[in-house]
Amino acid sequence: MINSGEILQTIEMIDQQHLDIRTITMGISLRDCAHPDIKACCDKIYDKITRYAENLVRTGEQIEREFGIPIVNKRISVTPAAIVAESCDAEDVVPIAAALDRAAMAVGVNFIGGYSALVHKGCTKGDAKLLRAIPEALATTERVCSSVNVATTRAGINMNAVAEMGRIIKRTAALTAGDNGFGCAKIVVFANAVEDNPFMAGAFHGTGEPECVINVGVSGPGVVHHALQACKGQPFDEVAETIKKTAFRITRMGQLVAQEASKRLGVPFGVVDLSLAPTPAIGDSVADILEDMGLESVGTHGTTAALMLLNDAVKKGGVMASSHVGGLSGAFIPVSEDAGMIRAAEKGLLSIEKLEAMTCVCSVGLDMIAIPGETSAETISAIIADEAAIGVINNKTTAVRIIPVPGKAAGDCVDFGGLFGKAPIMPVHPLSSAEFIARGGRIPAPLNSLKN
Amino acid sequence: MRAIVTVIGKDRVGIIADVCALLAKNNVNILDISQTVMQEYFTMIMLVEIPKGGIDFDELSHLLSDSGTEKDLSIRIQREDIFNAMHRI
Repeated sequence: MINSGEILQTIEMIDQQHLDIRTITMGISLRDCAHPDIKACCDKIYDKITRYAENLVRTGEQIEREFGIPIVNKRISVTPAAIVAESCDAEDVVPIAAALDRAAMAVGVNFIGGYSALVHKGCTKGDAKLLRAIPEALATTERVCSSVNVATTRAGINMNAVAEMGRIIKRTAALTAGDNGFGCAKIVVFANAVEDNPFMAGAFHGTGEPECVINVGVSGPGVVHHALQACKGQPFDEVAETIKKTAFRITRMGQLVAQEASKRLGVPFGVVDLSLAPTPAIGDSVADILEDMGLESVGTHGTTAALMLLNDAVKKGGVMASSHVGGLSGAFIPVSEDAGMIRAAEKGLLSIEKLEAMTCVCSVGLDMIAIPGETSAETISAIIADEAAIGVINNKTTAVRIIPVPGKAAGDCVDFGGLFGKAPIMPVHPLSSAEFIARGGRIPAPLNSLKN
Repeated sequence: MRAIVTVIGKDRVGIIADVCALLAKNNVNILDISQTVMQEYFTMIMLVEIPKGGIDFDELSHLLSDSGTEKDLSIRIQREDIFNAMHRI
């Protein structure tokens, strides 16, 4: 029998250290839902999702009760909607978002990801239609999340799409001005997007994925934070070892839940995503872990090195605990969703420039950052271009989820509520990048040897 | 199905008897049991076997947690697999 200490340790992790399974995400292919008539297409989408995911929430809740581990979110990702919408005759593809929203509501999931397009080399007719529809789609639906991949290491950066995304984000903010531009929290601009990410808002069901799949995202910054209390003042070797062991335990939990969900739903298991995803709850913060390593505040010198160690140790610990690891797999540093990040940003100790440097060594990018409402579309595009460049040259996924909050200026604060948390408005560079963005075209794919 | 029952709370007379009676009444067999008292706090851990076709897991879980709430104890039941997954390779 497992000894009492181990049992009590597990219970303490769940009760006091916020250990949970962050999400069970069911990926569903919608490739067979294409139809020239958009109404028929929407009906097929709705029918398929509600059929496949009928038992998702109930099964998740059952596993939660039996194992005594909270499963915070049950979600769905679908084939990038641009692919499904490609053969629709209609010019306006907002109804597809509405169909996804209705289906999500019917099966009881809180978010559905995949109102997406992959345009790293250029747009097809379907992609263009989808990009045009994003602002209205996000403003008129509640649960739909959108993502656009604008760059890959193999294709380079599509600067026309980058420019377009700046305008789309501005327009989405304007259409959701009453909610402080919240629509922008549901759109992610990617470089090197992954096909099996279970986390929102960037989840979509890639074209290399099976018909239906279960991916699981674990969490647990609180558990790592707690474990590190035992190695105060110890050398980094100890810190890395402790994080690895903790990540192993967290991931084993994810693997167990993933296999159980897969078995009960009769859907193949895809991956466990080894991300440390924080929440705004006190004690569930990635920033706290970095500060445990001896930084007075996240954002000061040493932050990037601390984050690199954390990110790498989480992967090393997690890889052995799961049969298949995938998705984003890295520590997330969303500003509004992490109590420690919020604290540092409020005091002006954390800048966008430092966050950008941090994204070089962790997943997944500039995430949930609120910026002044008057920031121009070109400046937002330039921020996206910088972040995409980091991803493209380093062969990793990067993303931008940024919210130009209408009517707010640097120093103000905005509260999105729940898991989205609150965000201090961070200043952006005042000088123009407009001519840079106006050039358009593509930044060529980088050389992958002669690395320095 | 094997599961772990944990009882945590302030020590008093009859905790073990109450929990065991509830389990026996529902035909749940106790395979192993250990208990300690630390700083007045009582901690009991039991490995139990719920027979096939026996009481529904959710129902047993509610019975245990309700009986705990009445007596100011935290009583929970979780499938054994979660502890094995976390602590054994």
